[in-house]
Amino acid sequence: MKRISLFCGHYGSGKTNIAVNYAFKLAAEGLPVAIADLDIVNPYFRTKDSEKELEAAGIKYIGLPFAGSNVDLPALPAEMYGLLERKDYYVIMDIGGDDRGAYALGRYTPMILEEGDYEMFFVANFYRPLTRTAEEALGVMAEIEAAGGIPFTAIINNSNLGPITKPETVEATRAEIEKLSALSGLPIAFTSIDASMEGRPNLPDLFTMELQKKPF
Amino acid sequence: MAEVVLMKGNEAIAESAIRSGCLYYFGYPITPQTEIAAYMAKTMPKRGGVFLQAESEIAAINMVYGVAGSGKRVMTSSSSPGVSLKQEGISYLAGSELPALIVNVQRGGPGLGGIQPSQSDYFQATKGGGHGDYHMIVLAPSSVQEMADLTSKAFDLADKYRMPAMLLADGTIGQMMEPVVLPEGKPNLIDKPWAANGTLMKRKHNIINSLNLDTPDLERQNFERYKKYAVVEENEVMYEDYMMEDAEVCIVAFGIAARVAKNAIAAARKEGIKAGLIRPITLWPFPKKPIAAAAEKPELKGFISVELSMGQMIEDVKLASSMKKPVELVNRAGGMIPTPDEVLTAIRKMAGGDK
Repeated sequence: MKRISLFCGHYGSGKTNIAVNYAFKLAAEGLPVAIADLDIVNPYFRTKDSEKELEAAGIKYIGLPFAGSNVDLPALPAEMYGLLERKDYYVIMDIGGDDRGAYALGRYTPMILEEGDYEMFFVANFYRPLTRTAEEALGVMAEIEAAGGIPFTAIINNSNLGPITKPETVEATRAEIEKLSALSGLPIAFTSIDASMEGRPNLPDLFTMELQKKPF
Repeated sequence: MAEVVLMKGNEAIAESAIRSGCLYYFGYPITPQTEIAAYMAKTMPKRGGVFLQAESEIAAINMVYGVAGSGKRVMTSSSSPGVSLKQEGISYLAGSELPALIVNVQRGGPGLGGIQPSQSDYFQATKGGGHGDYHMIVLAPSSVQEMADLTSKAFDLADKYRMPAMLLADGTIGQMMEPVVLPEGKPNLIDKPWAANGTLMKRKHNIINSLNLDTPDLERQNFERYKKYAVVEENEVMYEDYMMEDAEVCIVAFGIAARVAKNAIAAARKEGIKAGLIRPITLWPFPKKPIAAAAEKPELKGFISVELSMGQMIEDVKLASSMKKPVELVNRAGGMIPTPDEVLTAIRKMAGGDK
């Protein structure tokens, strides 16, 4: 278990859902957990939507100063430096999509690399139109690494079609995620699935997520 | 086999537009529609198309005017404040009888407003917006699938009637992700003998213009245009009839509001209240006939217009129903979305169950 977990990927790949559920998992294990929302790209669906549930689980939440305030400014939270320096929390960082989102990470890169106790996850959904193949996903990985300055250490298969996802939907992407693993030389950390899915894909290392329900 | 992908509403518009034969996109970034421009920037060069970030929304709509005149499919997109800037160009497109797609992923206003979803540009979209006597075809998607389908439909209708079409979406549908089956990419392109695309010395040159200083002739043009609009109103109305066959309460709602309304209707029916929905898919032409027909039904107690505005579409509901039954409003504004409970409370009240 590394102290810092970073979640990056193509926008809309499911980074926020995974980061939030990963925080719940660590907190359930009794670890002191902080989650930082560093998504400077998407002003709509974000970590802040789960703020109450996170705090109820004893998870420290750090958001962008203007997140949810309708002020569309890419300002980063000041408390972030404290979290990285004091080392008193397991820190989960939810980074914005693509290379544009990863630029926000660059500011903390020297501290993270110096400490060295981190995992940098690439979240892949092969049902997203611009990452349909391992090769396309690898291209996005390279762009994110160039922008953020931190090399990936593992990949996560979050391939899904939203509410119509079936076990077979996820299983069908096995060859692609294994190809991405081979091309990048990185291990597959886990395959993430919605807890409400009927049945379970026949794949190793499943990570089950509770997703927020919307009123529409 | 049809390809299913998981897309944001904004991405679905962009991909569907390209597959519908639109290879020209001009725009300027604004939340919550920027993914359209971002997708076009990334994708158009690989598909043989043109993406250009204009210096302003005004420049973008005038670039659209130019390409539309050459007969090619073309679009721009923006969100509410940016669409206000485009109104002059839209009026010129209408006056010059040019087909083009304008996408408005609405946010709360007026003025700079906010970045959360809204439907408060209904008046602007359906009643003019720009100057002069004109209409646009206005389509209102209610899902990511419809973002794709209606984009394609908008191009076809715009070409068929030589008039601008608008996709009137909102920030929620623009940002939300749902599975989508994309159009196959066999666009329905028609001949445009009127286009100013070079005579090759084989015909008289075409002139595209909205200026006409011959006053009686300008009047004639206006009357001709309204004959065309009458044909559109007769033939192109689209709406969804949802559980209306036995309804005692009729909700009228479009876009994201219609999705909230459906949840409220499900809850009402569990309580034994027969609620139904007329969901306009075309906002212009507005589905007047089904609303007029519902108003005639003896069992119908009234209409509830559910909107993310201070009450704009409700005026068309009142006109279409000739006020034969009460018309109530359930609304949120400024970026807020009505909850199913708020709609359910209004349904109960109209049905007479809430004492």
